Amino acid sequence: MEPDVLVVDDSAAIRKILQRVLRQTGMAIGAIHEAGDGQEALSILQRVKPGLILTDINMPKMDGLQFLAALKEIESWRDIPVVMITTEGGEAKVGEAVRLGATGYVRKPFTADQIKEKLSGILDPAGTL
Amino acid sequence: MNLHDLLSNCINQACQQVFSTMLGVTLAQGEVSVESATPDANDGVVSLIGLAGTWTGTGSIGCSPMLACRICSQFLMTDVQAVNEEVLDAVAELTNIIVGSVKTDLEEHLGPLGLSIPTVVYGRNFKMRSTKTADWTTLRFDWDGEPLLVRLSIAPTQETVHSRLHAPAHACDAEA
Repeated sequence: MEPDVLVVDDSAAIRKILQRVLRQTGMAIGAIHEAGDGQEALSILQRVKPGLILTDINMPKMDGLQFLAALKEIESWRDIPVVMITTEGGEAKVGEAVRLGATGYVRKPFTADQIKEKLSGILDPAGTL
Repeated sequence: MNLHDLLSNCINQACQQVFSTMLGVTLAQGEVSVESATPDANDGVVSLIGLAGTWTGTGSIGCSPMLACRICSQFLMTDVQAVNEEVLDAVAELTNIIVGSVKTDLEEHLGPLGLSIPTVVYGRNFKMRSTKTADWTTLRFDWDGEPLLVRLSIAPTQETVHSRLHAPAHACDAEA
């Protein structure tokens, strides 16, 4: 079954761009779900288990690092790969994301190729994990 | 290298990289000026984002409604004719990415900085005022005849001598 993807970013523009890039990868991806912050993402996870999560760090209500920490506390969600896509390039934030269990990291501004390259190590062309 | 040179180098590099990567647009170098703590009145769309740490400040991007629509159209590969929520969101995100890139470069010189969530204003004849007294380093870019103003004002929160500021003059243009 094709894995769903959850995109978490407070910018609707970035969510739209990532949706387009994901569809262009050629990978067999199921539904793409969107959340504007970590809280909304956790609520979506109550009904959907995606095969991949792409998340921003700086967001209102619950930021990406808080979301990542909350996600890793739940046994059934712990294995979902999480790629951080963010303007934050400082060692402190990157190190914190890695410590919390982020699978990968892409810094904004990004190209479609950078996203594809990062995801190719996580999802194979058939979309499986 | 003084602070304004450092800021203008970082802003120039960030703007050119972000426009090239996210919008597919080649921007020429911006025209640099230093403005007093109270910039002139604004019309159009202005997006503001705060920086905090041992240095605090504000970054902003200002442009006409027409240019804001063009930014959004290019960003989302869609045709937008009037300023709407989508346009304001696109300008806010552009500000976030540009000032975020500048912030990452500045952290090498000024130490860790936090970045706020952007705020966008759309209107006529409004003024921005910061309670800080630092000058604004302003870069005026031109995109097919429409000006894009990128401003940054930052000052130390403590009476600390930041000797690293006088370190490598090429630090901001070293990254590919």
